[in-house]
Amino acid sequence: MKRIDLSRDTLTLGSFGGKVFVLSGVLGLAGLGVSFGLKSIAGNDAFMKSWLFAFLAVLAICLGALFFTILQHLVKAGWSVAVRRLSEGIAANLVWIWVLFIPIFVLMVSGNGGHLFPWAAPEAAHDHLLHEKSSYLNITFWWIRAVVFFAVWALLSRFYFGLSRRQDASGDYKATNTMQWFAPLAMILYALTQTFASYDWIMSLEPKWFSTMFGVYYFAVSVTGFFSAILLLIFFLQKSGRLQEAITREHYHDLGKLLFGFGVVFWAYIGYSQYMLIWYANIPIETSWFFPRQIGPWYWVSLILIFGHFVLPFLLLVSRWPKRFKGSIAIIAGWMIIIFCVDVYWLVIPVVPESALAGAETYDQLVEAVTPASLGWQLNAVDFLLPASMLSLLLSGTMFNLRRCSLVPTSDPRLEESLSFENF
Amino acid sequence: MSQSSSREKIWGYAAEFTTPAAITQAAKKVAAAGYRWWDCHTPFPVHGLDIAMGVKPTILPIIVFFGGLTGTLVAIFLQVFTNSLEVNLWAIVPVIGYQFEVSGKPLISGPAFVPVMFELTVLLSALTTVGSMFLLNGLPCLYHPVLKSTKLARITDDRFYIVIEARDPKFTDEATRSFLDSLGPESIEPLEP
Repeated sequence: MKRIDLSRDTLTLGSFGGKVFVLSGVLGLAGLGVSFGLKSIAGNDAFMKSWLFAFLAVLAICLGALFFTILQHLVKAGWSVAVRRLSEGIAANLVWIWVLFIPIFVLMVSGNGGHLFPWAAPEAAHDHLLHEKSSYLNITFWWIRAVVFFAVWALLSRFYFGLSRRQDASGDYKATNTMQWFAPLAMILYALTQTFASYDWIMSLEPKWFSTMFGVYYFAVSVTGFFSAILLLIFFLQKSGRLQEAITREHYHDLGKLLFGFGVVFWAYIGYSQYMLIWYANIPIETSWFFPRQIGPWYWVSLILIFGHFVLPFLLLVSRWPKRFKGSIAIIAGWMIIIFCVDVYWLVIPVVPESALAGAETYDQLVEAVTPASLGWQLNAVDFLLPASMLSLLLSGTMFNLRRCSLVPTSDPRLEESLSFENF
Repeated sequence: MSQSSSREKIWGYAAEFTTPAAITQAAKKVAAAGYRWWDCHTPFPVHGLDIAMGVKPTILPIIVFFGGLTGTLVAIFLQVFTNSLEVNLWAIVPVIGYQFEVSGKPLISGPAFVPVMFELTVLLSALTTVGSMFLLNGLPCLYHPVLKSTKLARITDDRFYIVIEARDPKFTDEATRSFLDSLGPESIEPLEP
């Protein structure tokens, strides 16, 4: 068993963290400002949809981090202690992430929510199906739920980050017991809030459609984003000369395995299972969600997802060695975070307006009726600028969270195990 | 030693160690001395022992990959073949598939085939893994000289053994024995075939 000496290692961000915090923060805010300036290019409704897409992408990464943190305590994992602080640091952004939700909140409460969520439009009251669903899908209950979600996430991430940091100073192993004791409860709370948040903010974009697997799909999306993000974060922190001893090839290997397992295989499994049931039954109300995603330009986006999110990463990650070399796993993680954004985009944006389908009776006629022009959608600068700025803010927030604490939980009773652990 | 009369029949030498650290150190020296037919026997997996012994990574994953790929291709072939409209094998054997129409789907429809592709991939991967593992490890092995010695029964409890086999090209009775002695074992045990 090899012993690792952390005394020579740089375990704090120091002034580097401050620089990245300011730089990415300024860039992020400037990006958001420019996006608002470009609002007219996209149009009001499209802008709000892009905003929702970018918000859900950064939220997914934070939720993935929260899941990972809770999971490590739930199963009393030893290997992950050296990387757990970084995951806690990303999850701690859930404390302020609601700020990015304000524009959507304002839109809904001001009564213009119908531009984003069809069920919030005044006309929805005349639609029988939406009227039947209104006991759940109404604005008051919607914002109460949103507040509950953000409160639960802030509380959980704060609890785990705070207690873990206090343990650094006190060295008290009982803190680990407390975190483990709350882990099952935290995991249940996480699962419920994450599932219903995805129902509320993504699935209800098409309120007549439903899929009980949708929450799991958004979970698969969020862990993909998180494992890619933490691999990149570790890679760049090591590039800056930090954590040289603490985080080894073995940790890259295990995070790579999880990216492969959750982000590639599990994602494909869930996405396909959801698709196949709907495809086989072929009931109009269920297929309505996949219809916009398999016609026109979206057909190609769906294909890009299958190959770019499953086939290619599967072949790249299935062997042992690409996960064990920092350079190769960082490149794969970089690709995965891009395709992860495409995936969230694909979840949020596609819609076929009723007007585009007027007069079409058979499926072939429907397909012909749909052109990029009739979809009323086109890719614009805001679609790139918004997620980039919000990811930049996420980096800034993470640097802020980790500004004063050690980058590894120095007093965790399992730290030794994590440092010396090896994959067979 | 009383074994001098049976020296012709010796199968190998076993050197006994009491700690994982000791056997790891000794294994490095055996590997450096250039022995090839030798092995370590321990009651539990010892971290770093593979590296100390200089064991090459197994080729099992590559075999399994192609096993799995075979499963995928067999699944595609089976389903397309049995559902096909008409295939003329070498233009002389006409084969007509069952052509069951299920819920209005095309006869050759990708999404319906995926579960079978998945299952056969997993099945053939698993069978290839177990089968190749048996072949690569030389299993089933109904008799092994290491298991004959009653003293070496402690392999399963609290002792660590390095065994050098007589068939190693570098093996000579005296030299190997004194080499093992130089590693500082608790004891050295000659093994009968």
